[in-house]
Parts: sequence; C-alpha cells; structure tokens
Amino acid sequence: MNKIGKVKEFFIEKLIVICGSLSIIFVILIFIFLAREGLTFFKYESIKDFIFGRNWYPLSNPARFGVLPLILGSVMVTLGAMAISIPLGVACAFYIAEIVNPKMKDILKTGIELLAAIPSVVIGFVGMVTLVPMVKKIFHLPTGLTALSGSIMLAFMAMPTIVSIAEDAITAVPKRYKEAALALGATHWQAIYKVILVAAAPGIFAAIMLGIGRVIGETMAVMMITGNAAVIPHTLLEPVRTLTATIAAEMGEAIRGSNHYYALYAVGIILFIITFVINFIADIFLHRIKK
Amino acid sequence: MNINDCFNCRIRVENVNFYYAKSQALKNINLDMFNNNATAIIGPSGCGKSTFIRLLNRMNELIPNTNLEGKILLDGKDINAIDTDVVEIRQLVGMVFQKPNPFPKSIYNNLSYGLEVKGIKDKHLIEKRIIESLKKSVLWDEVKDRLHDNALRLSGGQQQRLCIARCLAVEPEVILFDEPCASLDPISTAKIEELIVELKKNYTIVIVTHNMQQAARVSDFTAFFLLGELIEFGTTEKIFTSPKNKKTEEYLTGRFG
Ligand SMILES: Nc1ncnc2c1ncn2[C@@H]1O[C@H](COP(=O)(O)OP(=O)(O)OP(=O)(O)O)[C@@H](O)[C@H]1O
Ligand SMILES: [Mg+2]
Repeated sequence: MNKIGKVKEFFIEKLIVICGSLSIIFVILIFIFLAREGLTFFKYESIKDFIFGRNWYPLSNPARFGVLPLILGSVMVTLGAMAISIPLGVACAFYIAEIVNPKMKDILKTGIELLAAIPSVVIGFVGMVTLVPMVKKIFHLPTGLTALSGSIMLAFMAMPTIVSIAEDAITAVPKRYKEAALALGATHWQAIYKVILVAAAPGIFAAIMLGIGRVIGETMAVMMITGNAAVIPHTLLEPVRTLTATIAAEMGEAIRGSNHYYALYAVGIILFIITFVINFIADIFLHRIKK
Repeated sequence: MNINDCFNCRIRVENVNFYYAKSQALKNINLDMFNNNATAIIGPSGCGKSTFIRLLNRMNELIPNTNLEGKILLDGKDINAIDTDVVEIRQLVGMVFQKPNPFPKSIYNNLSYGLEVKGIKDKHLIEKRIIESLKKSVLWDEVKDRLHDNALRLSGGQQQRLCIARCLAVEPEVILFDEPCASLDPISTAKIEELIVELKKNYTIVIVTHNMQQAARVSDFTAFFLLGELIEFGTTEKIFTSPKNKKTEEYLTGRFG
C-alpha cells in the first residue's frame, strides 16, 4: 500500500512538472517564432520607417508599412475604454459591495459574471447595430464607426472583469476596519473613501489591470466597430484601426514570405512590447502598494 | 422614571430587548451609567456583553436583521430617535474594540483620520491632538520617532494603545471598551488599566471584561449579565464583597462561567 502510494506520488509529481514546463516551453516557442518572423521584416525595411511611418498601405506599389496610425489607434481606443470603464467599474463595485442589500447583491453579482461570459463577437455585433447608429446621430458624423464607439464597447467588455474582481477585493476588506472608521464618527462615505478604498487598493488595481488586459487583446469587437481606417486619428470621433484588428484582418490575405506577411509579425512584436511594458508597470505598482 | 432624577447619569438604558434575527440576545435591560465613573460589564461568554455595549454607539445597526426594543438615552436624549444623527452619537461615544483594529495606514494617519472626518483641517491642531492622545495612551515614547511607519508593524499591545489614542484624539465624552486587554500581555494590560483609571476623571467609561480583578481594579459600578439578562447591578465594592444574587456570587467565586 505504502509503496503503491509512493509510486503514485512520484508519477503525479512528474506529471505536474511536465505540465508546468510544457506551458512555459510553449510560451517560449511562440515568442521565438514571433521574433524570428517579425525581425525578418527589418532586413528589408528600416525600423524608423516602420515605427514612425504615417502610412499603412501594404498592398500599394511600392508598399508602405508605417505602423504609427495603428499604434495611435490602439492607444486611443484603449485609453478611451479605460477612461470610461475604470471610474464606472470601481464605483459599481463599491455600490454592489457596500450599498446594495444582500439579496440584490447576489442578483447583481450573478448578472455581472454572466456579462463577462458573452463572446466578444456578439458584443461587437450588438454594438454595431445599436451603438454605432447612436454615436452617428448624437455627434452628427458621417459614420458612427469611430474610436469612441470602440472605446465604449471595450469599456463594456472590461467592466464585468473590473467590477467582479474589485468587488471581491472590497468585500474581502476586514469588517473591523469599517467598524473602526464608523465608531470614530465617520460617515459611510468617509469610511469607504478613506479606509475601505485604501485597504482594497491592491485588489482594485489588479482588477483594473485585468480589465485593461482584456481591452488590449480584444480584436473582434474592435474590428467590427472602429471603422478600420489606418489613418492617424485626431479625435475620438474618427475611424481608427488597431494593431490587433490589422493582424486579424490582413493575415488571411498576406502571402506567406512576403514583406506584408513579415510586417504583420512585426506588428505582433509591437503589441507584445506594449503588453509587456504595461504588465511591468503594473508589477512595480503592485509591489509598491504592498509595501 | 423621570430623566431629571438622574443628575449625573450619562447613559440610561430603559427596557431594552435586542434580537439577532429571531434569537433574543438581551432581555429587558435597565441600567444607568454615571458620569466620571467606570462601569464594568461582566458575565460568562455569550451572555450578551458585546451586544449590549455595541448598542450604546449604535454599532449593531451594521448587522442586518437585528431588532431593538426599548430606549437608550444619552444625556436624556434618545440615541435611536429619527432626528438623532448617528455620526454625532459616535463622535460623542467612542469605542475601543476587543481585537486591536488599527487601519492599514501610518501611525500618524490612523490618528489624523478621526480628526479629518470631523472636518478639522488645521495641521497644527491635528498634530497637537495626536501628540496629546499618544501621550495619554502611554504610547508616545515608543512611537515618537516613527510616526510614519505602518501601524500594522506595531506589537499587539502597542496597536491596542494606538486604538485607544485614536479614540481619544476625537475627544469623545463616553468611551466604550470591549475587553480591551483580551489579547495583551500583563505589562500592556497594567498600562491600559492605569490609563482607564486616569481617564475616568474626565470621561464616562463602560468596560466589558472577563477579568474579575480588572473589573475590581478599574470600575466603580459593576453589572453582571447572564444569558442576556442583567442579573445584578451595584457599586463594584458591593458586588464583589456582598452580592445579593446567588448567581452573581457563584460566578464571582468561579463556580460557573
Ligand atoms: N452577529 C450576530 N448574529 C447572530 N447572533 C449573534 C451575533 N453576535 C452575537 N450573537 C449571539 O448573541 C449572543 C450574545 O453574544 P455577545 O457577543 O454579545 O456575547 P459576549 O457576552 O460578548 O461574549 P464574549 O464574552 O464571548 O465576547 C450569543 O449567543 C451570540 O451567539
Ligand atoms: Mg464579546
């Protein structure tokens, strides 16, 4: 019995090690592949023209691979989505955690978790038929397919993550902090604002980062809604095209081994760097808050 | 009963029943607590001491599905009346909890919080009050060089004294202590007892304690609770030397509880 147990233990342990290392190996392989294909592009084109080029005409002759409009498109849509989803999401989390009655809280939480499960294509589609015409009408635009529409849609997709995780963080704040604050004569709002928010800050921050993660990686909904014009945007009310949407839209038609093909991998590298930098900053912040 | 009768009565509890959902935790309590005196609440675990003391600054409101009958008067005013501001009550009636519960902030910010909440913005005044209250709670010498350290790095006893300082900083008139020394070592306990004796010169004190010697040392009046009922109330001297009720005597001599 004891021996069988030990053998079992041995195999389970090895299995876990294999699973763990496999996932790491895959990530490394993907990275190597991405780097190899992407860096090939720079054999033919200069990095400077790529990053600061203002025109993305992959199919014209000669082709132009300026990625700046795509970067700005991604940045604009993402910042817009953050500006909408962070304040709304955190406020909503506080509402559910602190204000609403327990019964309603259950209903709202379940509802929000359901929202998180809606596939992004569906959200994009709903946005296309409802939000896009609305934006067009409100701002009297020639088209409603704009960065703003994309931001609102992405905010909508980031919100369930932000609300749900931030709410957990707020609920996890020990009750004794709130009691201490109220016993000192603080109002409910003062307790929330100066004690609970501070105590829940690391968790809320993590919630925001995860929400942003979803926004940056999102492709489908953005492709359907932002108009896909690879021009440098000046306001939120113009069509834009993001890095992700570019890869998704053009990978199918790019001929393998062509400059266009390698350029899309180079776009992938840019995306990778952006995500890496954001995660890095988030890590620094988290460590600082923990201290 | 006439309110004017109680010339130095600070808090009067009248016919109070209290329920958690359907279970009754307090049964028909009548009790007066006097100005510049310490009243000790004693009794076996689960008899409703915490429930009782938390009624005095309306902390039980935070627990859903509770129900209060009867009246609690602070200086003759019903603290649960519709036109009474709960924030005002809690500023007047401070509380130190059983477990030390400093905020996860610096020592300084723990103390300044209550003042800011009160709307005090004058930095000098805040600093003055912080120093005063730290000195009163006998913590000043230990923390004066590290006021901006996180309060959670203090020892348990220091944290509890910080909580007392935090309570004193907002200048309440009544202070409720719920087993303030439960998690403390004998030295810290002695320091806090000294402090309470000192405090009662200027404040009205109510203290829950499991420690009979502590009740005897710090309090002037003692109330003995059992299973949600107030069994006996009187001067501490009388309760400890010649209790009228048999159950009180049995509890004090350690035969149950
Ligand atoms: N939040 C609550 N919900 C339901 N019942 C509660 C709650 N808090 C206390 N009770 C019940 O009320 C009764 C009195 O509890 P209370 O905490 O007042 O006792 P206590 O005298 O302070 O005990 P201890 O000395 O152990 O602190 C107990 O039976 C307890 O189970
Ligand atoms: Mg208790």
